[in-house]
Amino acid sequence: MTKYAFAFDAARCTGCKTCNLACKDYHDLSPEVTFRRVYEYAGGGFVRDEKGCLTNNVWTTYVSMNCNHCENPACVEVCPTGAMHRDDQGFVSVDHDRCVGCKYCEMACPYNVPSYDAELGQMRKCDGCSERVAAGETPICVDACPLYALDFGTEEEMRKKHGDGVWLAPLPSPDYTKPTTIMSAAKNSRPGGTHEGTLANPKEVR
Amino acid sequence: MGMDTPKATVSRRGFVKGATATTAALAAAGSVALDDLFGHAEIANATEANQEGEGEKVVQGYCSCNCASRCPLWFHVKDDEIQWIQSEKKEWDPEVPESKFRACLRGRSVRRWINDPDRLSYPMKRVGKRGEGKFERISWDEAIQTIADKLKYTYDNYGPEAVYWTLGSGVYAVTGRPIGRLLGCTGGYLGYYGTYSAAQITKVAPFVWGTKTASTPAAIQDSDLVLCMGWSPSDSMMGSTGMSKHGYNWAHEVNPEAKYIHIDPRYNDTIANTDDEWIPIRPGTDAALVAAIAHVLITEGLLDQEFLDTHTVGFDEHTMPEAYQGKNMSYHDYVMGLGYDKVEKTPAWAAEITLIPEERIVKLAHELAEAKAPFVGQYYGIQRRSNGELSSMAVSLLPVMVGAIGKPGTSTGLDVGAYSFSLPWIGGTNPCKTQISIFSWADAIDHGERMTALADGVVGADKLSTGIKFLVEYGGNCFTNQHSQSNLAHDILVDESKCEFILVFETLMNDAAKYADILLPDIMRAEQMSVINDGWSGDVASLTFGSPVHTGERFERRTSYDVCADIAEAMGVRDEFTEGKTQEEWTKSIYDGAAAKDPRMPSYEEGYEVGEFHYRNPDGYTPALKAFAEDPVANPLKTPSGKIEVFSEKLQKIAETWELPDPRDVIAPIPLYTPGAESYEECTDELPFTLTGFHYKSRTHSSWGNVEVIKQACPQEVWINTEDAAELGIENGETVSVFNNYGEVHIQAKVTPRIIPGSLAIPQGAWRDADMDGDRIDKGGCINTLATMHPSPLAKGNPQHSNIAGVRKIG
Repeated sequence: MTKYAFAFDAARCTGCKTCNLACKDYHDLSPEVTFRRVYEYAGGGFVRDEKGCLTNNVWTTYVSMNCNHCENPACVEVCPTGAMHRDDQGFVSVDHDRCVGCKYCEMACPYNVPSYDAELGQMRKCDGCSERVAAGETPICVDACPLYALDFGTEEEMRKKHGDGVWLAPLPSPDYTKPTTIMSAAKNSRPGGTHEGTLANPKEVR
Repeated sequence: MGMDTPKATVSRRGFVKGATATTAALAAAGSVALDDLFGHAEIANATEANQEGEGEKVVQGYCSCNCASRCPLWFHVKDDEIQWIQSEKKEWDPEVPESKFRACLRGRSVRRWINDPDRLSYPMKRVGKRGEGKFERISWDEAIQTIADKLKYTYDNYGPEAVYWTLGSGVYAVTGRPIGRLLGCTGGYLGYYGTYSAAQITKVAPFVWGTKTASTPAAIQDSDLVLCMGWSPSDSMMGSTGMSKHGYNWAHEVNPEAKYIHIDPRYNDTIANTDDEWIPIRPGTDAALVAAIAHVLITEGLLDQEFLDTHTVGFDEHTMPEAYQGKNMSYHDYVMGLGYDKVEKTPAWAAEITLIPEERIVKLAHELAEAKAPFVGQYYGIQRRSNGELSSMAVSLLPVMVGAIGKPGTSTGLDVGAYSFSLPWIGGTNPCKTQISIFSWADAIDHGERMTALADGVVGADKLSTGIKFLVEYGGNCFTNQHSQSNLAHDILVDESKCEFILVFETLMNDAAKYADILLPDIMRAEQMSVINDGWSGDVASLTFGSPVHTGERFERRTSYDVCADIAEAMGVRDEFTEGKTQEEWTKSIYDGAAAKDPRMPSYEEGYEVGEFHYRNPDGYTPALKAFAEDPVANPLKTPSGKIEVFSEKLQKIAETWELPDPRDVIAPIPLYTPGAESYEECTDELPFTLTGFHYKSRTHSSWGNVEVIKQACPQEVWINTEDAAELGIENGETVSVFNNYGEVHIQAKVTPRIIPGSLAIPQGAWRDADMDGDRIDKGGCINTLATMHPSPLAKGNPQHSNIAGVRKIG
């Protein structure tokens, strides 16, 4: 069966968060449940001369990230009920007939992707808009991005268009779970595994 | 009560591929059959779009707030409720990949606003103290009669200058502001000039430039130096109908070779993810930077002297107006220390003011002089200050000094232009010719009878005859939240001996609504038929023909047009107000009038057939003042001399005659540097920071300030530099107090290297949340709680970016 993949091009992302809010609109999510998050990673600082004038090497990069629909999803591995699963198209999603809301998946996922929905008493997460994909559409976040920083298609197509992708800071190493999302760097992106900056918006993304 | 919306709901939607290069050229050449315009049209109705579920329809609408984009939206509606919002399905221009118009996070979230459980649903009258927010439901008849009685009483006792409506910028549609027409018919009202967005530059630019004009942003494709002076489209024009996609970011992709430099107190979102250079500048000191650049250009012989001699007045002594020659009053003499303050404006002088190192200023002057086609983009943050008139005109001198006007790839540095369709709005004639600045209404309530032309910028009369007694606010949240010095504005508004009646017409119980005596429930534009043109959309002009998402009325909400018609009837002037037309008929007649003059525009019926219409600038972009640059004698500007008046005799006359008792308020004939009121020079040990505002991705002014999903994604924060925060022991994400002489807010701290040390920044428009009978601390973090009501000197405009403040940990 054809496997799908997302792609993200940091060079086009302005951190506008339309992806997040379009997803919230389409899936009717509350403020507490978020399927797509935008990381603001910033660093650098200032040097003052004798007059107090400033030179700087400040930089900021935004990384938009939904579920990476990993090849070795940690969430699936720890799920005690089998609710969390990866289908043959590569989408990792929650079977709401089985989820008991234990939050093990949230703890295990290095990207903090699954969110607990207090109203449902269950976990929720991005399922790649699999219904839209089945109808020949792209996921809503991809369809919404005003800057065309997001892309979606078969894994083969995406690799052809975007290459193998790179590991971007501040994300954890792809070695743990083997994400399928292909990320491309902006000019001031920092390579994954480096710690030059800090996550500027922890409250928004955790 | 009837709603003047079409009976049929437009569920068909389609896509017009606007002009391709060929059809656009035809249109530009003269009249053109619509078949040509629609030559590449591909009409696909909603069913074919394969996007509809069982019983679902797609309704065309648009984002109707006061944003620079005005993005089209497609509402998926089922069981008469919006289910979700869709982007454009296909490229509007089949020849341009990735040309689908896509709204930003705000447009995608408008369902939350429309369906907000706190929507106003019934007409109400105040039952508590004014400003307390206690109301009781009344009938529409009682509401209309009360309004009419109070209006008659006001005319009888005080005359039309006592009647005023504040700008409500939150409603965009050709029939979006019927209040002015109503009050014009009922007897007149005190008018306003200017806008909260651009009061200072709009007032001053005609003196220097004749009109405020700038090249459209696609000019960047032919530029080799892009200088963004407070221009951040990724913060303020975000949707893909805005310049973020169709201007700056696009240009960045087609012209990666150009040098992009941003001069801004903040490392803004337009810089993020690029390797553009950020030159942080102390807020409000742009005119000092320009003077120092001028100093380098003068002393190193890098000016375009020929351009200055033929196209400007007063840069040099030899082009000064006769009456002012021999007085060292030229800009050159200001810069070289021969006139005015007699201080030489060296880069070393400016470095201490701007905090930009001397050598970087010198290099900037060299970069400007060496560029073949510098594109200077200025936006309104620079002018929204106590010295904004002078700062904004100084910035516009940058391209002038090197003769980079009217040529490919250049701009005026006055603004960033847009290619547009022009649609007038419902208007009328106001028999009262007296006007005040848009920012002066609170003063005019408090002490209108003491306000004069020379001291307070009253226009059309030497002085006001009365204070404002009858105040209308419609769709703008502009009493406390979007005005300045909110606590003082509150005190003025709650005093019933001053303003005797307040009518508010809103969709939500916002901060303005709390001050109403009569509070009316409005209908969102998405809930009624509504036509609008593009906002500020780069080089693509657009029209959107919106239809109601719901059938019929909900609760007792009504359109502002119908309500105004009923008020007019109670005042005996219904026919004068309506001219026998419904809102839809007004919309159509306004549209038809515009379309008759513009061969690019489809007919009204064709517009509704397709829902939206886009049209690319046939010239690629429009360079400002091309004809003037080529031949200034044959194509003069609308200034007295026909040239760029670097020295304006008219401004000098104003400087000589207007009353400006506060020495911080400076009007000058040349764009000199003066710090203005509430500048860094006034900082103290207690208030050591300058505080500026900016436009935040989460809101358009205060629109969307109530939407919880957006507030979670984009928290309201005060930006504080990492070094400053460390000194105060403030950590990222903690709630801090920001305070000054005008008020105090509690707000989350964003500790970041992205702001110049010594300055704070609070994004404007957050909803105030203060106990005004208690501690008055604004827990909503609205910057206007901290902004002064002292107006700028010439425009009498809102200086909301000129503030000083302190910050401390709480507890």
